[in-house]
Amino acid sequence: MIIRFKRVLVWLALSAAPLAGAQAQQPEAAPDTMEARVQACTPCHGANGQGTSDPYFPRLAGKPSGYLNNQLLAFRNGRRHYPPMNYLLEFLPPDYLKNMADYFAAQHPPLPAPAVVDASPEVMERGRTLVTQGDYAHEIPACSSCHGPSLTGMEPGIPGLLGLRASYISAQLGAWRYGTRTAIAPDCMQIVAGHLTEDDVRAIAAYLSAQPAPKESSPAAQGSYALPFACGSEPTR
Amino acid sequence: MKPSHLFKKVLSGLALALALAASTAALAQNPAQTSGATPTQAQSQPPAPTQPAAPAQTRVGVGGDLVAKGEYLARAGDCVACHTTPEGKLFSGGRAMPTPFGTLYTSNITPDPETGIGKWTADDFYKTMHEGRFPDGGLLYPAMPFTSYTKVTREDSDAIFAYLRTIPPVRQADRPHDLQFPYNNRSLILGWRTLFFSEGTFRPDPKQSDEWNRGAYLVEGLGHCGMCHTAINALGGSSESKAFQGGLIPMQNWYAPSLTSNKEAGLGDWSIKDIADLLKSGVSHRGVVYGPMAEVVYNSLQYLSDEDTRAMAVYLKSLAQGTPPEPAASPLPTTESSLLLSLGKTVYDRQCASCHGAEGKGMPPHYPPLAGNQSIQMGSAVNPIRMVLNGGYPPGTSGNPHPYGMPPFAQSLSDNEIAAVVTYIRTSWGNRGAPVSAADANALRSAPLD
Repeated sequence: MIIRFKRVLVWLALSAAPLAGAQAQQPEAAPDTMEARVQACTPCHGANGQGTSDPYFPRLAGKPSGYLNNQLLAFRNGRRHYPPMNYLLEFLPPDYLKNMADYFAAQHPPLPAPAVVDASPEVMERGRTLVTQGDYAHEIPACSSCHGPSLTGMEPGIPGLLGLRASYISAQLGAWRYGTRTAIAPDCMQIVAGHLTEDDVRAIAAYLSAQPAPKESSPAAQGSYALPFACGSEPTR
Repeated sequence: MKPSHLFKKVLSGLALALALAASTAALAQNPAQTSGATPTQAQSQPPAPTQPAAPAQTRVGVGGDLVAKGEYLARAGDCVACHTTPEGKLFSGGRAMPTPFGTLYTSNITPDPETGIGKWTADDFYKTMHEGRFPDGGLLYPAMPFTSYTKVTREDSDAIFAYLRTIPPVRQADRPHDLQFPYNNRSLILGWRTLFFSEGTFRPDPKQSDEWNRGAYLVEGLGHCGMCHTAINALGGSSESKAFQGGLIPMQNWYAPSLTSNKEAGLGDWSIKDIADLLKSGVSHRGVVYGPMAEVVYNSLQYLSDEDTRAMAVYLKSLAQGTPPEPAASPLPTTESSLLLSLGKTVYDRQCASCHGAEGKGMPPHYPPLAGNQSIQMGSAVNPIRMVLNGGYPPGTSGNPHPYGMPPFAQSLSDNEIAAVVTYIRTSWGNRGAPVSAADANALRSAPLD
């Protein structure tokens, strides 16, 4: 009886080996990376947040982390209204959203080629004027006065404006004008966009989307230049 | 937002109970019969409290333990989900609840004496929880889950009240409900209550363990799980004989699966650990929570003790009635079906297999298994279709602070491709769900996301 018991034990030991082998072929674990965790973002925002061919979904890569974090919080809390984003973020804790913002801010895939814009020279010139000089008669500061001389934004809260398509830019400016997109008070973008006409919006969108990538596309360091007015998204030191 | 499903279920009952209620309306002791009025104690004339506030004060004076217990129980009851807006002050109410009958706004339950519940006594609070009546006798809309909270013990109600007394008071008047005639007539509630409300504290089953009874108390009482997981009957209420048998959450278009049938979310063949993991962290080796259940885990269940989530798991597992899934009869002709499956496999291998595996085994807990996953095979295909369309993140919890997200495919896949891939996962690897059509997929593209 004892011998037989031993034999069974030996058999069990031998048969355990192939079992262990089978277990090794069980599916591995999900990769412990942020890249894997933000796969949900890629269908609209592209791999590494570099954007896709769909003009309505913005590039995320390389934008200042503070800006991205502000947007994630605004979507999560419903202050910025876009149901697919509100839905995805609703039950994610702020610490984790910060990790996501840091991840996309640290990605630097090349900017896409500038768009070939179907706009008249007059429209492009109006766009260039608004972006680089503003229109003080209509209380419109130059985009570059906040978004930087090279339009790549400033840490921590001001996004770059390059690598975005015209339809996204005009949709966002429209959303500011109509109050469906808002930011932390004082909501400077809402004030500025409120002074734009629809033609201004089209001109700015056309001009910005046609600009080539600068050599250095990272946002400027915090405090690199003074803002023309206070902005809730850009804390001053 | 999420809690609105409670209202929808309840209000659809109101519509149908109208006839009955009309005959009983004269009996209603309704303090707020004017259109759109909110019957807070501030707006109606409260009779003298049956007891002075002293007992509550005394209980508060018992000290931090009682308050801590109350905070814990308020978590278990998920009060915050409805009584706080996303960027609003804690428990100051004002959350909009859109319904087919108009919009309801939740009430301020901070201790502000004028606009909150600062003048309430512990008796008043218990009456609200237990009887669904305001201190002045006015009727609560059953969107407040007093049909479940009635099971909460007096002791626990007092603890929650003691905790609410410690919240910073917020002076914010309740926003009047914006209900259309005749749903703004609270006397309708009387008819509804006659049908669907039975008052009574939870009674432990002496034949069951203490752990089982604790789980039952939490699930049936503060957890108010039945608000979604019990099907609505023809009158829009929840029948006890149908308890936890599942149902579509109206308007919101998520399916709350049966907790009693193993064909759905019945947990009969789940381990206690997997159930408890799912409740507490939002992910498990058998599946993850999504949709409205993500809210429940995020705001409520993740804060419960291991003992309590385990007790809930023990009770939930016991609800399952051992019914193995039956093979589905395919409503599609064989040729069409095989074309659908062939397209489905193509889509699956290209879009899904990298995470869920060619054989649907997933990489649990973060990439849930699809093979053998009840959520995918249920009679209702609403949830798997919506997951493919909308993607989703499980809630970020202390047990799973950095969840993995499922990408949405609404933009990149056609109705045909969605139908094909959902049919494929519902019928492959031993799964026994029924095929879905492109029309089914298309219909859910407009499902609300907020």
